[in-house]
Order: sequence, then C-alpha cells, then structure tokens
Amino acid sequence: MSVVTLQLGQCGNQVAHQLFHVVCSDAQNAHKKTYRAESCERFFHQNTHGELVARAVLVDMEPKVINHSLSEAARSGRWRYGESSHFSQKQGSGNNWANGYCVHGPRHRDVVEELVRREVERCDRLAGLVAMMSVAGGTGSGVGAYVTQCLRDIYPTSFIINHLTWPYGTGEVIVQNYNSVLTLAHLYQLSDAILVHENDTVHRICSQLLNIKHISFSDVNRVIAHQLGSVLQPALTTDSHGVYSRNPLGELVSALACHPEYKLLSMCTIPQMPSSSIAYSTFSWPALLKHLRQMLISNTKMEEGIDWQVRPPGGSGRSMGLTGGSFNTSLANLLILRGKDVYSAETGGFEDPALYTSWLSSKEAFNSWKSPVPFNKYEKSATLVSNSQALLRPLDDMVGKAWNMFASRAYIHQYTKYGISEEDFLDSFTSLEQVLSSYRHLC
Amino acid sequence: MTQSVVVQVGQCGNQVGCRFWDLALREHAYVNKKGLYDEALSSFFRNVDSRKSAGGACGVGGRIQHLKARAVLVDMEEGVVNEILQGPLREVFDSTQLLTDVSGSGNNWAAGHMTYGSAYREQILDKLRKAAEHCDCLQCFFLIHSMGGGTGSGLGTRVLSLLEEEFPEVCRIVTSIYPSAEDDVITSPYNSVLAMRELTEHADCVLPVENQSLVDIVSKIQLMSHSAKPGSVIKRDSTVISGQGGISGPEKPFDAMNNIVANLLLNITSSARFEGSLNMDLNEIAMNLVPFPRLHYLVPSLTPLYTLADVSVPTRRLDQMFSDAFSKDHQLIRADPKHSLYLACALMVRGNVQVSDLRRNIERLRPSLPFVSWNQEGWKTGLCSVPPVGHSHSLLALANNTCVKPTFMELREHFTRLYRKKAHLHHYLHVEGMEQSFFSEAIASLSSLIEEYHHLDATKARLIPDAPRLSIAT
Repeated sequence: MSVVTLQLGQCGNQVAHQLFHVVCSDAQNAHKKTYRAESCERFFHQNTHGELVARAVLVDMEPKVINHSLSEAARSGRWRYGESSHFSQKQGSGNNWANGYCVHGPRHRDVVEELVRREVERCDRLAGLVAMMSVAGGTGSGVGAYVTQCLRDIYPTSFIINHLTWPYGTGEVIVQNYNSVLTLAHLYQLSDAILVHENDTVHRICSQLLNIKHISFSDVNRVIAHQLGSVLQPALTTDSHGVYSRNPLGELVSALACHPEYKLLSMCTIPQMPSSSIAYSTFSWPALLKHLRQMLISNTKMEEGIDWQVRPPGGSGRSMGLTGGSFNTSLANLLILRGKDVYSAETGGFEDPALYTSWLSSKEAFNSWKSPVPFNKYEKSATLVSNSQALLRPLDDMVGKAWNMFASRAYIHQYTKYGISEEDFLDSFTSLEQVLSSYRHLC
Repeated sequence: MTQSVVVQVGQCGNQVGCRFWDLALREHAYVNKKGLYDEALSSFFRNVDSRKSAGGACGVGGRIQHLKARAVLVDMEEGVVNEILQGPLREVFDSTQLLTDVSGSGNNWAAGHMTYGSAYREQILDKLRKAAEHCDCLQCFFLIHSMGGGTGSGLGTRVLSLLEEEFPEVCRIVTSIYPSAEDDVITSPYNSVLAMRELTEHADCVLPVENQSLVDIVSKIQLMSHSAKPGSVIKRDSTVISGQGGISGPEKPFDAMNNIVANLLLNITSSARFEGSLNMDLNEIAMNLVPFPRLHYLVPSLTPLYTLADVSVPTRRLDQMFSDAFSKDHQLIRADPKHSLYLACALMVRGNVQVSDLRRNIERLRPSLPFVSWNQEGWKTGLCSVPPVGHSHSLLALANNTCVKPTFMELREHFTRLYRKKAHLHHYLHVEGMEQSFFSEAIASLSSLIEEYHHLDATKARLIPDAPRLSIAT
C-alpha cells in the first residue's frame, strides 16, 4: 500500500524532502528484497525511465524552497520528485495564518486537489495521506489546515495524518503562538492523528547526542526524518504473520488514536549518535528498552539526562520523582523495533498497566511492530510513538503565551484584515483548553 | 519571486536612491557570475532588449541585456536627477521613470504636498502604474525621502497616500531621513511633524534614520581606518560606507552616509532576493513587528560596520556582531533600545551563520533586553545565505522599541517652539488647500503616538500577571 505525502510550506517541504532521502537510502541499503520492495512501493513509483519518483505533492506560496528541493532530489541520482507534482506561487503568506487559510488556501484549492488526486490515482492501493508542515508560519499552518480540510471532504474514509513541526520556544516567528493555536484547533477536528516534533527537543538531540557544533536546519530536519522514517518504513505487526504490514497509517491510527479527544502523538528514538560512532558501538535490546521505557515515563525525549527517579504510581496515587519530574501517563504506545535479534527483545516493561490510563487495558494500549532489517545504519534501533501527556507542557505554554498576547489584542488587526475574527480566536482557544484539560486529567 | 519598486522623492531621497542602485548592481554583479538575468535580479531590475519593440522586456533565465531599475524618481528641482542622468547610472533609468520640476518646494511641506501633489497627481500615478505593470508580482514599495525639506517631506508623503489609494494590497515600507537637531532649514520641525502624521496613518512600516547618527557612524569608521593600528586594517570594500566596486566614480560628500542607508535597503530585501535556510519575506516584517497599526516605527541597526582585514577568532567576532546590533552606537537613530522597551525585534542575518549561532546569541542577549510583558519572546529571525559584498556575514536588526519616543518628543518640542510664535506659518497658509487645522491635527497625531509609546513604557517597571486562562468544565 502506498502513502501520499503532502509537503506544505518551507518547513514541510524541507522535512519531507529529508524523509524521502532517509527512506530511499535506507531501503536501498537493506539486504532484504521484500523490505526494499515494500518500502519503495510505499513511498515511490517508477516512471518510464525506471527512476524512483516520490509519491509527494509539493505546495508552497513562494518558489525558492520547492525549486531547491526539486533540483536537490534530482541531483541525488537515487530518486526524484514528479515533473508536475508541485505548486508554488510567487508571494508567501507572510507568517499570517489568516492569509494562508482564508486567502491562499481557497484561491488554489482546485490546483492542489487535482495534484493530490493524480498522485492518489497512481497508487494501486492508498494507505492514506500524510500532510507535513510547521505550525508557526503562514503557508504550512494556514494553507496546510485548509488543504487538510479539503482532503477530509474528498477522502472521508482515508486515513489522514498530520506531521507538525513545532517552532522553537522563541526566535522564529513572533506570531507563532497565534498561528499554532489556530492550526492545532482546526486540525484537531480533521486529522486522524497528529504527530509532533518540537524544534527545541530536536535541537538538543543534535547538540547533545550528535555532537553537532553548528546546527543547521538540515541537521534538525535529518533527525526528524530519521525518527519519522523509523515509524513509516515497513514493519511486521503482531498479527501480520511474517508479512510486512499493508496498512501502516491505519495500524498507526488504530494503535494510538483510539479516542477523538486524544490525537497528539510524540515520539522518541534510541539510539541516536554521530554516524562516525555507530560502527564502534554495540547495543543490547534490554539496555535500549530499559532506557526507552524510562524516557517514556519521565517524559525525556533523549537518552541523556533521563530522570531515573520517576516511577509509575504504585497502588497509592501519583508518584513524583525526587527531582520533581512527574510521571507521564500514557493513553497508548506503539513500540517499533528494528534490527538484529529483534525477536529476542523483551517488551514486557511497556505492558505494565501502571503506565496507562485506567480505562484501557494494557493489551489495548500497547502495540509493537518489528522488523529484522536494521534501520538507517543502526544495528538496532527502537522508536516509541506515544499518545501521552508528553506534549501537555509545550502545548500549555503555547496556548498560554498566545492567550497573553490576545489579552492585549496585539497583532489581531493583522488577522482580521483577512477575515479571522476575535470570535474565531476564542473558539480556537476554547477547543485547545478542552484538549489540555483532557490530557491533564488522564489517569 | 516577487518584485519591489523604489520610489525616491526629493533631493535626499534621490541621492540615497542613487547610492542604492549603485550598490545593488555591485551586489548582484558579485553574486551573479553567469551574466544571466535571474530571479534575484528581477526583484529590483527589469531586463530590456532595446532591439525589440514595445519595451522589449526579457524573461527570467535569459542573458542580461540591459538592466532597468524598478524605480520612480521624483524631484521638484532638476539638480540631483540631472546629475544622475549625466552620471554612470543613467543607463538604468528611462526618462519615463522621472518626474521633475524646476522651482523646488522651498522647504515648504505644503508646497510639496498640496501644490505639487495636486498638479502632478496624475503624472505620478501614471509612472507608478507603469512601474507596477512591469512586475508580475509586485510585493512592496520602498519610499525614500527626507522629513525636513519640502519636496521629500510634502510630496513624498503625498505619494505615500497615493500608493495606499491605488495599490492597497502592496506593502509600503518608508525610509525616512530625520533632520539633525541643528538643521539649517528653519521650518524643518513643521515639515517633519506634518509628514509624521502621514507616515503614521499611511505607511505599513517606517524605518527612521537620523542624519546625526549617519554622521557619527561615518566618522567612527573613518577614525578606525585612519588610526591603522597593526592588525586592525579595514578591508577595502568591507565597510557600510564604502562604494568600492560600484560603477559610480569618485565619491561625493554624503555618499558615505547615503551608502549606509543603501545597505539598510539591500539587507532588508536580501532574504526576499536570495536563498537561505530560513527565508524572511518582506510581508513578514510588518506581520511580526507591528502589533498595533500605528506603532510601526522600526529602528534599524547594521553590523558589522566594517570588517578588519586580519582574521581574528571567528565565533567571537560573530557574537560581537550580535552584541553590537543592540548597542547605542550602531542604531541609525540616536536612541538606546536596551534601556527602553522592546515590542518586537527582527534579526536578519546574511552569510555563513547557522541557526545555532542565532539561538546562542538570542539566549545570551535576551536577559539584558526588556520586552513588553505579552511578547517576551518577540524575536523574528531570517537566515539568508548570501553575504554582502566584502563581508562573511552581516546582521540587520529591526527593533520596534519605545526608544523612538525621545526623537519624537524632541521633534514636538521644536515644532511647539516655532508654532507658539506662529513663526513662518503664513508661508504655509498661503498655499492653496492648506489650513491651520493641518498643524493642530498633525501635532495631535504625534502627541497621541507619543502617548501610546508612553503607555507601553509605563508597563515596563510593573510585573504584569498572566491573563487568567479560559476555564473548561470537566
């Protein structure tokens, strides 16, 4: 089954480009033919020259990033983007969600829908759509939300997943919290699941785990693509009887997003290290999984600085770590293991009912996928996609900052100019407060 | 890619504009080695083949034939424009882009705004429309003018309102040169205050530049290059006041000062013209930096002012560039943003700088910079990979900061001193269409602007609690 990816805005285009790069080189290095074939079918089709062409639609309101992506991909010699699967305009959305959602989105609806339709028709069987974008700017967030809405109308029964890059807490776009609030509130009604990467977290991974001195956006995007690739590449599910799962997005959604009030998925991967060190490192599954489990319950997104004091609550209520870190309650977790001796890995630690909310049995709440093929040069690697309280804090910060700004009505005139009223803002705030409240009371 | 049109009005506007076109050509010649007319060039230049009929515009991708500036030049005397037409830049302008008169505005805002504004209205509109027609996606008008005289101040602000009327969708960024305190034009406080009201009401962003700051920066650089300590030699083409490598010949007085403003315009548009890992389009400037429509005065600062020829520790030099952008000496108006209140701040970086350099410096500088309570993280950043000629990297900071208030208050004071005695008022009131109410309304507008900054300043010392959040029934 195939996945059609939508790359929206500067960030969405850059991250998705890296994703195709990662899955393509991973598949081509894989020794297993079935894995290779399944991965290729999932993300690429072949054109008449036998070249791999990404199943992607590139959308941006300005041309520079898309032009760059097209030529970079073609230069790689391994894969390319389709000749006419991109759409760009001359003038960006200017960091204004309202400009993207109310003006650019509707204006270019037909073209974008047609591009997606063509890409979907090229798939023998459609597994679903992944829309990738940031929430901070105007095009990814505004046009992205609008396009997701259109896709929901056209493909009411297909799986639609959004991958969102959350901005750095400070320093990218000043109105980013407004744009984020508007995007998330709208996507929450439309998307089947929302996968989130926070730039701040990924930046720390780059500096502390990968030891990169001068971190560029490509470094950040590569980490995101690695984690995302490790989820989306072929894997065997528990009941797939030795055949690679045919329905990756559907399985992902059913494993993790079982309740419409809870759709925010975070992820973490272990191990992550400079590529030069990989060859000199050995890993054992018990150690990797022990770390990963502690990363989950203490809500640490990387293997450095884990708070080992945090424990799941015993019979007697909440438990706090000595250092004040609190236990991260999960609704559902999906563990994806790739590499050597994968069938010997013991995942029992993730099936502990104490990790989960009381209203789901750990059998329903926990799933694992496995693949014996090493992923992206790592002999063993484990990725955990988690629907938990992990994003509660950053989301609460985002809403809080936006609300403070809204209280003084700063920047509102920029949005009303394009037809987003104060009422619309209030609606979005209300629905996100609802989401926050749901996650806060998860136990 | 989008295009911008530069509208230069009055003597000062045209002199600055002239330096801008010279340096813009230098920059593109430096970056564009193939001699092809590319997207980056198209944002400020048309490519014209004179052998073809009807203007003979050539599309992007072909060879450079004949570059024409996307500009409209307006002056009510002939001197400066004639000089341009006899100089090396004459090739980039057509006579159809020029509009001049002979008698000047006599340092009278009313003469520029009312008399010439009405007489030339249709001609100006016609030239603006022509320039706009040559663009396939016109994003921004850059108006360059001075505040103190008659033409730049009066007719310049008239052009501004024409732009708003005719092209409401197109962004209007105004570079306004403010007179020094000891200006030789006696009526300059009148002209400036009358112009201020127009700027406050009709511009999307105003980049105020003070003559005195330019003088200070020039003398600082010249002092540095003449002191010539061993190891501190300034690279020849690496100062913001240098025109080295441009097509204009020997430098004229004011060229050094005007080059600074020209560099400001080059840097503000760099991210819209060239590639980068974090693009910053022109329409993002107002979106991020203007929280309330009237408070759109953005204080610019440029760093580094020069690059030393010796190679010292690069990281330290890079961090120094960020520190300098917030120091008093590097602001293009005489103001101290560090000791006032930031509403928002943009850092537009060019050259070999990574996002981690940006983040490190923001984290480092943040504690020393006061931001308004609801915008504690009011930073907007852009990374453009093409550095200015002669530099490895550069930074333009745009600060929406209450530090503009003293400049405006000083202006009001000078205005009031004249107005109390009704000095020179009759020169203005003679002009048809001019009434005394213009004066009272202009000063009221300025006062209320000062008041708005004042209100924000007053929040600085106080601890503002977070707004109580919406509560959800569970």
